[in-house]
Order: sequence, then structure tokens, then C-alpha cells
Amino acid sequence: MIPLDTPVSAPHTTTTQSVSRVMGTVMLALAPATLFGFWLYGWPSIWLFAITVGSAAFGEALCLRLMDRPIMPALYDGSAILTGWLLALSLPPWAPWWIGAFGGLFATILAKQAFGGLGQNLFNPAMVARVALLISFPVQMTAWVGPAPLGSLMAPGLLDGLMVTLKGMTPQFDAIASASLLGFAKTEMSRGVDLLQSLGHAPMQSWFGSRPGSLGETAAWLIAAGGVVMMFLRIITWHTPVAMLLGIAIPAAILHAVDPARYLDMPTHLLSGGAMLGAFFIATDYVTSPNTSLGQMIFGAGCGVLTYVIRTWAGYPEGVAFAVLLMNSLTPIIDSYVKPRIYGRDRSGAVLKPQR
Amino acid sequence: MGLFDKFFKEPSWGVHPDDHKRPAADVPLRILPPPAKVYMPLQQHVGGAARPIVLVGQKVLKGQLLAEASGNISAPIHAPVSGTVSAIGEITAPHASGLGFTAITIANDFADRWIESTPVADPFALTPEEITKLTAAAGIVGLGGATFPAAAKFALGRRLKVDTLIVNGGECEPYLSADDRIMRDRADQVVDGVRIVMRAIGATQALVGIEDNKPEAIAAMRVAAEPFPEVKIRPVPTRYPMGSDRQLIITLTGREVPADARAAEVGVLVHNVSTCAAVHQAVRFGRPLVERIVTINGGAVKNPGNIFAPIGTLVSELLDFCGLKEEPARIILGGPMMGTPLPHGLVPLVKGASGILALDAQEAHIPEAGPCIRCGNCTRACPMGLLPVEMGAHIRAGDLDGAAKFMLGDCMSCGCCAYVCPSHIPLVQYFNHAKGELWAKERGKLRNEATKRLVEARAVRLEREAKEKAEAAARRKAERAAAKAKAAAEAPAQTEGETA
Repeated sequence: MIPLDTPVSAPHTTTTQSVSRVMGTVMLALAPATLFGFWLYGWPSIWLFAITVGSAAFGEALCLRLMDRPIMPALYDGSAILTGWLLALSLPPWAPWWIGAFGGLFATILAKQAFGGLGQNLFNPAMVARVALLISFPVQMTAWVGPAPLGSLMAPGLLDGLMVTLKGMTPQFDAIASASLLGFAKTEMSRGVDLLQSLGHAPMQSWFGSRPGSLGETAAWLIAAGGVVMMFLRIITWHTPVAMLLGIAIPAAILHAVDPARYLDMPTHLLSGGAMLGAFFIATDYVTSPNTSLGQMIFGAGCGVLTYVIRTWAGYPEGVAFAVLLMNSLTPIIDSYVKPRIYGRDRSGAVLKPQR
Repeated sequence: MGLFDKFFKEPSWGVHPDDHKRPAADVPLRILPPPAKVYMPLQQHVGGAARPIVLVGQKVLKGQLLAEASGNISAPIHAPVSGTVSAIGEITAPHASGLGFTAITIANDFADRWIESTPVADPFALTPEEITKLTAAAGIVGLGGATFPAAAKFALGRRLKVDTLIVNGGECEPYLSADDRIMRDRADQVVDGVRIVMRAIGATQALVGIEDNKPEAIAAMRVAAEPFPEVKIRPVPTRYPMGSDRQLIITLTGREVPADARAAEVGVLVHNVSTCAAVHQAVRFGRPLVERIVTINGGAVKNPGNIFAPIGTLVSELLDFCGLKEEPARIILGGPMMGTPLPHGLVPLVKGASGILALDAQEAHIPEAGPCIRCGNCTRACPMGLLPVEMGAHIRAGDLDGAAKFMLGDCMSCGCCAYVCPSHIPLVQYFNHAKGELWAKERGKLRNEATKRLVEARAVRLEREAKEKAEAAARRKAERAAAKAKAAAEAPAQTEGETA
């Protein structure tokens, strides 16, 4: 009656949770922000998204095929699609098709399968791909557009949108090309215009996300809402996101108070770039972040502070991807130093003294 | 439970599986019609196997001693029915391996004749030692599943001067409701047993921990404990493994039992509610432990519920009594989280069996294991604060000593980690395997050390013997030389004399 090829140890029951359900839930949490982004940037962004996700899945399938491993179970777990999805959210929405294709393939082939597949990679695959793209193709990766909502006069139609993605931005749409807020501030600072003057004619900055940026940047509030939903569903805990946002917010608040002409204010930092996407969806990646609550707080705070440092003093206007990758490399070290206290032992593992 | 409680008051450890306790828990207790044969294994407890004192063909009464305890930690076995000893031989043990062990078979004569016993009118007039003796003679062991001889624990409690008796009514395993039933139906017996145990161990208070998913049991126990302020009924949050002694102790008293130590060292002793009821029966009425309440549950069972049955009844007879809807995909002795899978139903009900589950294919299905995604659920679930993810990775790589450094030895195999794993990795299987290997290695090491000691001792002995031999030889040689010299000295004198 008991098939002998299955384990006989208890437990004889298990959770209904599964890897594909976890990944599926994360995608659902991302869906509102993604749909909002689609509406805001129209068909080019939809084409780019499809290409990026498709390449990520293709890269995964190709590797599994080459390794003679079953393809469908691995694709079905949803992790490759989620990686492509997260990468697409971090790209300029009107970027050419090969940005998405190269990024998607790079993410699953080199940043994930080369390490041994799901659960084995040290670095977040989506962020590895993003950084590789940013370093290799800085022009395409910083060419942002202002919002041109679907149905509006400026918005390209289905086929025009495809043309934008395949052939690059044509002159007819030059009018909506724009810089992102962080990029604009950095450029102006570098030519000696301080923030008090430059922000007067800065790109649109809207609390509702209607601003130039990646899909995941413009919909910061929807991203955060998705993150909160994941907390309630116990997919993630509050430790990493809260620590990362505080890691950005505290230095931002202090330095802005000291010198508002040199340092952007805290809300701008939190709502711009990949701060929200990074805090709720990237830094919380199970595989590449620490395992304990305290470890996650250290990891999150590190991501936040490094993001702020890179944005403020380094050469790039945005630093979430770099910060996450730097902290990914510390994950094994954090995990080996920060362990939970074992029942009946102190933190060092020594046996407690009996107390009545 | 409100949102605030959910986030801030619930213990941070453990899991919350679907409890599947009802409707089985709400069905009134049924009594099994006496079986034609019962099989009493000699080993139903932690410690030495009992020694049979009956012969095949001998007539026995219900409750008569069949096998006596052997050694300090052991328990006697009594006849669950009256009848004839028909065999002393092998029967399948309640273990996944399906290996056999020795049992005494009794053919029921259906006369239901009990042995003579002398009821004790006032057990509180007995000394703690007398209570311990009666408990030991009745063969009572921990009925929650640990099966540690109860009397041995009483003596330990007295020696370490415990102040609090923790009564375990947690019953945190899903599907099981035997303890729930005994608290609802026999609360007076349980409370009386609790007070007798308190006297036996010298405790001044008893805390009865009952998970809050058993409101009927809590209400019944409150009524029964009303006249005795020293017996306090304490509802505890429903959370697996609340019924584990260390978790229940810290929840009820705030005391943390040090690793490698016994609960008595922090002044508490834990006994199960059913064990207390058995002590009540043994001390008040002189009735040994020969029957128990067992939960029959699972998707393949037609009429799930609790059955009062003689120990030694075959599992298949219990399942037949409740009816099967379909061929069970898996039969489990105990709960689904820590129970033992049975190879078939021809296995006797043992003292520590609180439930028998016949799971249908859907319940028994565990999806194929996938790769670890390091989600950390196992770490959060572990009630001991261990890192199952790290231990599992080391064991998978064959590095058992590496796993031991993560305190694998503190793992109690409660199954929380394997339960919550979204990749369904059989972590407990890994841990049990590694514990077995490490234990065997440790034993091998001890044996090697012992051999080394003996070899060294032999070398020392041989050396000493050789030295003694040499000394003796030298001594003899010297003596001989002296004798010769003496003889030589005397001889010329003699010859001189002769010649003179």
C-alpha cells in the first residue's frame, strides 16, 4: 500500500502552497502596476514586455534542453517568467526590442541557469541583466519618454507601437522623449545648477505616477500596494521592505534638511527610480536574500543606504540594481553570522542554565 | 482571533495545518465489540521489553499480569481481555519497516472477567511512593505518544523537587481527538488523576493546557476543576506543535528548558490528560492500563470517530468497525505530522497510539520535491529555532557533521519544516537519516575507544606480566645461584669433614 519509492518519514500531510503558487501570487501583486504602466506608455511598452518575458522563458527552456532536464516543470514554476517580468518593469518602456531580448536571455541563461538553476544563483537575475544592459547600452537604457496614455493623441497605435519597439523611436515621437527625474537632477547638478533652481522646470513629478520612468517607477504606489498585499498573504515579511525604505528615507531626510540645494527630498527619493519595486519585489527575492528576520533587516537597510549613496554621490542617477547586487554578495556572510537563537541555548549555541 | 492577536500574540514558531478534527471529535464515544483475539506486544514503551510470565495455554483474567517490567525504565503488560494465552510469538510491529516483534496472543473467552482488585478509598492518604508503585504496577506509560513509563517520571519529579505539573491537553496533531474526547466525557477522572499525580510528584499546582480549538473540552474541564483551585485550566493558542512539552512549558510558565536537559530541571513535569485518567483508574480501582480511547479518522473512513478499545486489537478490526469508503492510500499510526506509516492493518493497537488514520489518495498525496528556493518558511516555522534549510543542504551534500554543527541534535522531528516547504522537500526524512547515521558513527566511535582502551590495557598487562616474569626468573636464578654457592660452600666443608 505504501509505495516504497516515496519517503516514509512524517509528516504525511503538506501545505497547499507551492513554488508556482508563490510565483503566481507575486505576478498577481505586480499586475496592477504593470497594467497601469501599459496604459501610461501604450503599445511599445506592451511589446517590450512581451519580448522580455518571452526571452527569459526561452533562455530557461534552452538551458534545460541543453542539460537534458525536463523543461515543462521548470517553466511551470513561473520563476523565469517572473524574472523577465521584473526586468521588463525596470527598462525604459520604449526601449528597442533587442534590449528586452538580450536582457531576458542574459537573466535566465547567465544569471540563473549557469549557477545551477532555481535556488542556486547568488545574484538576482533580473538585476544582473539590468546592470549588464545599463553598462553595455547606456544610451538606450536612459532614453525615457513622458507618459502618452493609450487612446491619447500622442500614443502610437498597435502597429506604430510595434515599429517603435522594433526600429527604435522615430522622430514623430521625439516630443515626448524626456529624462527621468533622478537623471535630470543629476545632470543639472553636474553642470552646476542647484536643485532649488533646476527642480522648477524638472520633468513631471506626480504622486500618481504619471511621469517619465520605467513601468515600475511610475506606478510606485501600485507597486507598494502589491507589496502590502504580499505581506498579508505571507509571501514576504515586512522586514526587508521596511528596512530598505528606511535606509533610503533616513539619510535623505537628514541631508535634505541640511542642504536642500544639494540633496533631493525624501518623498522624491522614495517614489523615484526603482525604490518601491526594489524594496517590495527585488530585495525580497527569496533566493538571493538572507533567511532570518534580523538578516533581512540588515540586508534591506544595506540596500537602502547603498541606493542612496549611489544616487547621491556616484556616477549613476539610479542605484537600486547596484545596491541589491552588492548586498546579494553579502547574503551568505549575513546568513552565517545572523542565526536564530535555538530553544534552550543562547545566541552562541551554549546550553542555557536551568532557571525556575 | 483578531488581526492584532494574529500578528502580535500568536507564537512566532510552528504551523497551523487544517485540523480535520471535526466531525470525528463531535461523534459520541463508541465501544468496540470485544475482538476474538488480541495481541499484546512486550515492547510498548520506552525502555526494556517486558518479560513474559505466562505460558501458552494458560487461562488469564482481564487485567492479569502477562509480562513483568525488566530494568529501571520499563513497564509491565496486562491482559486486555479474559481468555486463554494462545501464542507467544512474532507479530508485525507498528513501524514503517514492517519488521516483527514479540507479542502475547490471547483468545478471548468473551466472559469479560476482571482480576480481583482492591479499590483505594482515599488515594490522597497514600504516600507518593505508594502511588508511584501502583502506577508502575498498572503499566502506565505516556499516552500522548511518548510512551515513557509514568512511574519513572514521578520518581524523577520528586527527586528534582518540581513545583508544577503541566497537564498536556494540547492535542495539536491534526485529525486526532482522543484527548479531546476524554476531557469532554471523563473530565472528573482526568482532574482526579491530575490531583493524584500532583501528590505523587509533590507539585503545588497543575496547569492544564488545552488548545483553544476545543471549547467543549475547556468548558468540561473548568467545571470538573472548579472545586480544586490548585488545578488551573489554561487555554492556549491553537498552533502545532503546542503539545510538544518544551513548547507547552514555555507557553504556560515562561520557563525555557535548557538544551539536553529534562523538563524537571526547570521545576515542571508534563503528563498527558489520558495518562492522568489512567492513573486515576489504576490508583482508585486497581485497574491496569488495558484499554484506551483511539481516534479513527481520515478520508477513507466511513464513520470517523473515537473508539474505546482493548489494547492489542488489530488496526484492521478498528478500521472495519468504522467502515472504509475506499482502500486507504496510507494507514498512519498517530497523527499526520509525526505518525508512523503502517505497512498493513494487521498490526496491534499499542498503548501510545492515540489515533489511526486511513488517508485517502488525495490526503496522502505529497507532490514531488522541487529545488529549494530559500524562502525561509522552514526557518520561521521551526519551533526550536533551527535552520532546516542549512541542515537539509548539508545533509543533501553528504556533510552530516556540517549539519550537526547547526544543532541537528536539537531537532525533534516535529515536521513543521517539511509541512510548510513549498517545494515539498522531505526535510524530516533527511534529518532522521542523518541522526541515524551520526548516532551509528558515535556508537562506532565509542566502540573504537573502548577497543583502544582494552588494547592499551592489554599491552600494559603484557608488559607488566613480562616484567614480573623476568623479575621472577631473575629471582629464581639468583636463588639458584645462591643455593649453588651455598651448596658449594658446604660441600668442601663436608668433604673436608669426611677427609678429616
